[in-house]
Amino acid sequence: MQPAFSVIFLTTLIGMGQGLFLAIYTEQVYSVLNVVQSNSSDKFYGIASAVALVLLILGLISSIFHLGRPERAWRAASMWRTSWLSREVIVLPIVMGLVFLFGMVHFMSWNPVIMQFGSVAVRLSLIIGAFATLATFALYIATGMIYACLKFLQEWHSPLTVINYLLLGSVSGFTMASVIAAYEQPELVPFFVGWSITLLLFAFIFRGASLMRNKRLRPKSTVQTAIGVRHNQIKQKSMGFMGGSMNTRDFFHGKTRLFLRSIKTIFLVLVFAMPLTMLIIALFKPSLTILGIAVVSMYIGLLAERWYFFAEGNHPQNIYYQSIA
Amino acid sequence: MSQLALVIDLNVCVGCHACVTNCKEWNTSGSAGALSDDNPYGKDPTGTFFNRVQTYEIGEFPKTETLHFPKSCLHCEDPPCVPVCPTGASYKREEDGIVLVDYDKCIGCRYCSWACPYGAREIDEHQKVMKKCTLCVDRIYDESLPEEERKPACVLACPTSARLFGDVHDPDSEVSVAIREQGGYQLMPEWGTKPSNHYLPRRKNHVSYHKDELERVDNPLKKEDYQVDASEPSLDDVTSW
Repeated sequence: MQPAFSVIFLTTLIGMGQGLFLAIYTEQVYSVLNVVQSNSSDKFYGIASAVALVLLILGLISSIFHLGRPERAWRAASMWRTSWLSREVIVLPIVMGLVFLFGMVHFMSWNPVIMQFGSVAVRLSLIIGAFATLATFALYIATGMIYACLKFLQEWHSPLTVINYLLLGSVSGFTMASVIAAYEQPELVPFFVGWSITLLLFAFIFRGASLMRNKRLRPKSTVQTAIGVRHNQIKQKSMGFMGGSMNTRDFFHGKTRLFLRSIKTIFLVLVFAMPLTMLIIALFKPSLTILGIAVVSMYIGLLAERWYFFAEGNHPQNIYYQSIA
Repeated sequence: MSQLALVIDLNVCVGCHACVTNCKEWNTSGSAGALSDDNPYGKDPTGTFFNRVQTYEIGEFPKTETLHFPKSCLHCEDPPCVPVCPTGASYKREEDGIVLVDYDKCIGCRYCSWACPYGAREIDEHQKVMKKCTLCVDRIYDESLPEEERKPACVLACPTSARLFGDVHDPDSEVSVAIREQGGYQLMPEWGTKPSNHYLPRRKNHVSYHKDELERVDNPLKKEDYQVDASEPSLDDVTSW
């Protein structure tokens, strides 16, 4: 496929925004249950929620550039019964709204205790956060399923696609949370860095599994099934026109194999190797600069990863567009 | 329920592109607006087309065959492009099975084109909506036209009658009989999309004879089986000069 930058930015930005929310909510749950000892301030939650919201909004804005008719985008909420894209369009604003509420409740300190279980006080933010967490997972699933549900894009048609959207989004969000913690509340850095390293290792395993799976795929469609002729030697002599069309532009990246391979190496280094090194260093010597390098490297790497994900999708319609004459 | 479709006879198609031209002419002149073209006479022409004729070479020289292969939307019975549409702009008509796009609802997100394995959908770069073959829905029901002209433009244009049009759910229609009796097949059956359009294969007439059909088995004198003993002079050696 031809990677569209609007979609690359959309998926990486909202992935990080969702992950950042999951990170701070995880920390809040841990501290409510007294697993981590911290007096995490409402200001930290407020700032982190604001950053998450900004990331989600930026993602939404970049998605608009993918539409031919953005003024009709509201219509996209109508077919949620059948379309994962429609489901994403519905869940994204719900996530944004709940993250906004979660941030406001902390920031304005409207955080009354709703229930009391022994020594555990369930505050309003904890309940809003629980709903926001559900919505965040639903959004990861919807985003991943948009690609995973297309059965003839064999490279995408796998549960690994959804798992990778979830893991890569989460790890970038947790790393972002550790940067915000280093800035605002340094005692939380080891908590977020520990989670980031764990998630990064899982993300590496599942992204690696997907790379290995796609390397072995055999295309189900061939020129024989495409035109219905049983012969081993079939060559297209003409695709029917000499100029370009959407069929020649939208479905192939137009780059060499070497270019593709180098993008793969770049994302493996920038998403996994480099941030892992930085995170391990930060575990022993927390520093805003080191964590900043980790998150910037990871985000640039994720742009490359998403570009590679799209370019790797091999659309069967390309069989019909092989030769100009 | 009926399912209108095209049946394309690859044995007859000569690759003249008349169907492409007439399709473009009819569909660029309709009430839905033009099918836009950019640089039609320039260096890098591009435009929206519903139908194309492609050419394939089968085999290796000198044993080759040329196949001309017209391709447009196949109006699948289970169209993968329809459920993915987030706005409901893409739909399949209940009454005749035509897969259509509502140009007033389409947001131009291109997701349906990703979901079509045949590459049948194209975005109109000026109207910014997805377009595709409508099976000339604005023509086939037009009662102001004479009845024999209520057919898709491509069918009317074909000089060799390689394109048949009709209801593939009616077992006695011309198209159903052609599919049944002349080996009609679907494209990329592996995806389960059940295309309504069918193709009739290239076919040659072969007559095969068995040996016993060439030999008169009932000849009592076995004249053809006359054995000549070459070692001795025969009457032929004497008389044939």
